[in-house]
Amino acid sequence: MRRYEAVVIGASAGGLDALKALFTGLPDDFPLPIAAVLHLHRNTKDELITLMQRDIRLTVKYAQDKEKIKKGVLYIAPPDYHLLVEDDKTFSLSVDEHVNYSRPSIDVLFESAADAFRGHIIGIILTGANKDGSMGLKRIKARGGTAIVENPRSAQFPDMPLAAISETEVDYILDVNEITCKIDELVGAL
Amino acid sequence: MDYYDSEDNENLEIELLLEAINAKYGYDFKSYARASIKRRIRHRMSIAGIKKITEIIERVIYDRAFFIELLGDFSISTTEMFRDPDFFQAMRKDVFPALQCLPFIKVWVAGCSTGEEVYSIGIMLKEENLYDKAMIYATDYSDKSLSAAKEGVFSIKSVKKYAANYTDAGGIQSFSNYFTAKADSAVIDPSLRQNMVFSIHNLASDGVFGEMNIILCRNVLIYFNRGLQNKVFGLFTESLEDGGYLCLGSKETIRLSNFSDNYDEVLKDEKIYRRNIRPVSYSQKINGNTAVTPEFVTKGGELIRDMKSKIDELDCLIRGESGKDSV
Ligand SMILES: C[S@@+](CC[C@H](N)C(=O)[O-])C[C@H]1O[C@@H](n2cnc3c(N)ncnc32)[C@H](O)[C@@H]1O
Repeated sequence: MRRYEAVVIGASAGGLDALKALFTGLPDDFPLPIAAVLHLHRNTKDELITLMQRDIRLTVKYAQDKEKIKKGVLYIAPPDYHLLVEDDKTFSLSVDEHVNYSRPSIDVLFESAADAFRGHIIGIILTGANKDGSMGLKRIKARGGTAIVENPRSAQFPDMPLAAISETEVDYILDVNEITCKIDELVGAL
Repeated sequence: MDYYDSEDNENLEIELLLEAINAKYGYDFKSYARASIKRRIRHRMSIAGIKKITEIIERVIYDRAFFIELLGDFSISTTEMFRDPDFFQAMRKDVFPALQCLPFIKVWVAGCSTGEEVYSIGIMLKEENLYDKAMIYATDYSDKSLSAAKEGVFSIKSVKKYAANYTDAGGIQSFSNYFTAKADSAVIDPSLRQNMVFSIHNLASDGVFGEMNIILCRNVLIYFNRGLQNKVFGLFTESLEDGGYLCLGSKETIRLSNFSDNYDEVLKDEKIYRRNIRPVSYSQKINGNTAVTPEFVTKGGELIRDMKSKIDELDCLIRGESGKDSV
C-alpha cells in the first residue's frame, strides 16, 4: 500500500497567498488528491476558484457533497459548510455548528480525513490568526500520518502554526516554498 | 492492539449502535453520512465521560433520556430566516409569478427545523399576495424542533441578523412588522401561521405527501448517504405535481441521483428544479402489449403540456376578467 493517499491543508488569514505559493510549484499530474480548508467569508463568490486557478496548475474546485475524491485535484471546502471525508473516499458537507468559530473548520476536515485514510495522509497547517487545525493535526499524527507546519517566523500570521506546534510533535516546520519541496520528496511527485 | 484494529472496532461499534437505535426506537440513522455521525458520537462520549461506543449502546438501550440526548446530537438544526438570500429572491422573481394562476398552492418544507425557513416562505407568499390560497406543510422528524417551529419565538439578536438577509432577498417591508417584542425575544406574527400545518415526518421512513406544487428541502440531504438521498428524491418525485418545483440547499443537487431526468433546471445556482412529465420508466405499457416508444412519450408529454398551459392561460384570462368585475 502507498504510504500516502491524500494531502490535507488548513489555512486562515493570509492563506490565499500561502496556498498559491505552495501550489505554483506542484505539477498538474500530482499523484494524490488534496483537500484544503480556507477560512473564507460566507459570501465568498465562485470567482475565487477562477482566480486561484490562474496561479495553480492542478485543477482547483469547490468540493461537492458525495463527490468521489480524485487525485490531481485541489478541493476547496465551500464557504459556510464543513467538509468531511467518508470511509468510501467521498466528500460530505455539513452545516453542523461552527468549530473554533469556523465553518468550514480545519479540525473537522483533518479528523475525518485521518480516519478515512487511516493515517495515510500528510496534514499541513499554514498561516492563520486562530487555533483551528491543531486538534486535527494531532489526530493525523496519532493515526501515523505526517504533520507539516508553516514556519511561524515567516508565516504572515503565526498563531495557527504556533497553536499546532504546541499541541503536537510535528514532523516538519518549514517556509512555504520548502513545504512544496518536502511534499515532492515525500510523495515523489516529480 | 494497533490503531487499525481499534478503528475497525469503532466502525463495527457504530454500526451496532445505529442498529440498536433503529430496533429500539425506530429512528434509522444507518444511511446517514457516517463521518458526521461519528463526530456527534465522539462529542457525546467526551461530554458524558464515556470511553467506548459499546457503553453508549448499553446506555441507549436502557436509558431513554440518554437516547433523547443523543437524538438531539444527531439532529443538526442550524437554520436562518432567508438563509441564502439569492435563493429567496429567485423564488420571488422566477417561481412565484408562475403560481399566480393556480387556484391553490401546496408547499412542503421538509426538514423545517425550528421554523425560520417556513416563516420566510410565508412572508414572501404574503408579500406576493399568494398566501391566502397557499397551504404550507412543515415537517421534521425532530419533535423538539417542530414544537419550536410552531411557537415561532426567536431571539432579538438573531432577528436582527435575519433582517439583513430579508433585505438582501429583496424584502421591501420593515422586517420588524412581522414580529412583536416580548421580553428579550421576538414573536412571529401569528397570522403567518394561519395556513401552516406542522407535523412529524421522517424522510428516512415515512411516505409520500401528495400533490405538492413546491417542495423545499434545504441542507437536509447533505446529511444522508447516496442511497438515502436517492430514496428521498424518489419520495419527492412522487409527491410533486407535474411542473412542481423542487428547491434544494445551495450545495445539494438532483443531478447525482437516479431521478435527474425527471427534472428540468429552473435556476442552476439557486438549486431550483422543475418536475417534468413522467418518462417511460413509469408507464411501460399502454393497451396491453403495445410498447410505448420514447418518441411517443415525449410527443404526448409535449401535447399535454401545451394543452395544460393553454387551459391555464384561459383560466387566468377568465379569472382576470371576473377579478376586475368584482372590484
Ligand atoms: C441543517 S437543518 C436545515 C433546516 C432548514 N431546512 C434550513 O435550510 O434552514 C436540517 C434539518 O433536517 C432535519 N432532519 C434530519 N434528518 C431528517 C429526517 N430523516 N427526516 C426529517 N427531517 C430530518 C433535522 O431535524 C433538521 O431540522
